[in-house]
Amino acid sequence: MSHDHPNDLLYTSSHEWVRREANGEITLGVTYHAQEALGDLVYAETYPVGKRLEAGDTCAVVESVKAASDVYAPVAGTLLAGNPVLAKTPEIINQDPYGEGWLVRIRMEAGSDLAGLLDAAAYERLLAEGH
Amino acid sequence: MAETTPLYDLHEKAGARFVDFAGYLMPVHYGSQIEEHLMVRRGVGLFDVSHMGILDVEGPEATAFLRRALANDVGKISPGRALYSCLLNDQGGVVDDLVVYALPTGAYRVVLNAARKAVDQLRLATLATPYKVSLTPRPDLGLLALQGPGAVGALAAFFGSTLAERLSALRSFTALETEYGFVGRTGYTGEDGFEIALSTDLLRRAFSTWIESGVRPAGLGARDTLRLEAGLNLYGQDMDETTSPLESNLAWTVAFEPADRDFAGRAALEAEGRAGVRRTLVGLYLPGPGILRAHQDLVDGDGRVVGTVTSGSYAPSLGFSIGLARIQGECPDEAWALIRDRRHPVRWHHPPFVRRGHILVPTAAGR
Repeated sequence: MSHDHPNDLLYTSSHEWVRREANGEITLGVTYHAQEALGDLVYAETYPVGKRLEAGDTCAVVESVKAASDVYAPVAGTLLAGNPVLAKTPEIINQDPYGEGWLVRIRMEAGSDLAGLLDAAAYERLLAEGH
Repeated sequence: MAETTPLYDLHEKAGARFVDFAGYLMPVHYGSQIEEHLMVRRGVGLFDVSHMGILDVEGPEATAFLRRALANDVGKISPGRALYSCLLNDQGGVVDDLVVYALPTGAYRVVLNAARKAVDQLRLATLATPYKVSLTPRPDLGLLALQGPGAVGALAAFFGSTLAERLSALRSFTALETEYGFVGRTGYTGEDGFEIALSTDLLRRAFSTWIESGVRPAGLGARDTLRLEAGLNLYGQDMDETTSPLESNLAWTVAFEPADRDFAGRAALEAEGRAGVRRTLVGLYLPGPGILRAHQDLVDGDGRVVGTVTSGSYAPSLGFSIGLARIQGECPDEAWALIRDRRHPVRWHHPPFVRRGHILVPTAAGR
């Protein structure tokens, strides 16, 4: 797969990436495609640590010069951490979307899994279809 | 299917990301809106604004007609000068805002917003019925805006040094017909610059020549943040047919003198003035984090909605968010913007926020 959307991550149709961590935790960010479509990011806000999330709940907001965009939790869980550098340097999301530009860490609820998410190939097919 | 300007393929080659604006596929940026914005504030940038409408007004009664049609008075300008004005409906609402240039021939050239071309032409044609005047849309002409403190220095690359010298002698809001096309010292960025109307071939040649000379293109994204920092209204967002110029911070563009000039919309504006203007358009900024966006409500200390943001964005020259808002009645001393149900304190600032490279609003250090 292309360099833009790494093979070791999972993806959502709403353009988040998900990295599976140890202990039932995941890290979440926005994809290369998403940050490029949004343009220069100038503001990011993550929801409070400890917040209970249902799958599909907003857990962060990223704003480019042009527009605000909600970021959704792909599974139910608890928000463990928000990336502390985003308040001062939201542009890190453009520069390093899969590394320093991560958004939130979530502990998945027992019984929830990532089976419904897309792999890199499926995500890029989705993009090719114009979503 | 959206239309394109004659420069579409050249934009593509320059790396443009496109957006549908008023039915045209236009470059929104060529990689980074912020870089393009700062480039225009500090140097120079080239905008394709060929989606805008150009209309020539000719005939023995061209002046009389425009003095009837426009809220500002073309009687104030001599040939070679430009004037900003609103075109009003009979209720005093803004049909469009435009720039009209008085040509040496006694004719006029009017530049209209892309989304309003058709409506404007209908309104103007209706008002023109009693006058000996012809209205000629000029879709054969494209429009470039060369903007920024470096615009003067960039002229020669296309115009050659002799003509560039003549153009750099133009004062703000004046214009010159050249062998290439029509050049006005006008713009929509708050910086020095030129707007240049050219036929399709020359338009393509001018754009390519400037790009090859090292001038970089800027998209509509930067154009929007530049105009907002400059405190300039955007039609359809900060004003429309339901708002009057008196409610849109544009009273200065309405020429009530001479008192016997019966311009379209005058009676309604006078009645509004007598009754008291109900709403005002104000400038504001967020001293803290967050981004103002159009349609956010503003509330007072009691939580009452006192107004609505009409334009809001991150301001690249400032590093924080600014906006314009329409306020109902008196503007309270303190107000808060409702952003995702949370209250963020705002500060008022009479626009512009940035003009000719100067920052006119307290920056983070100053507050």
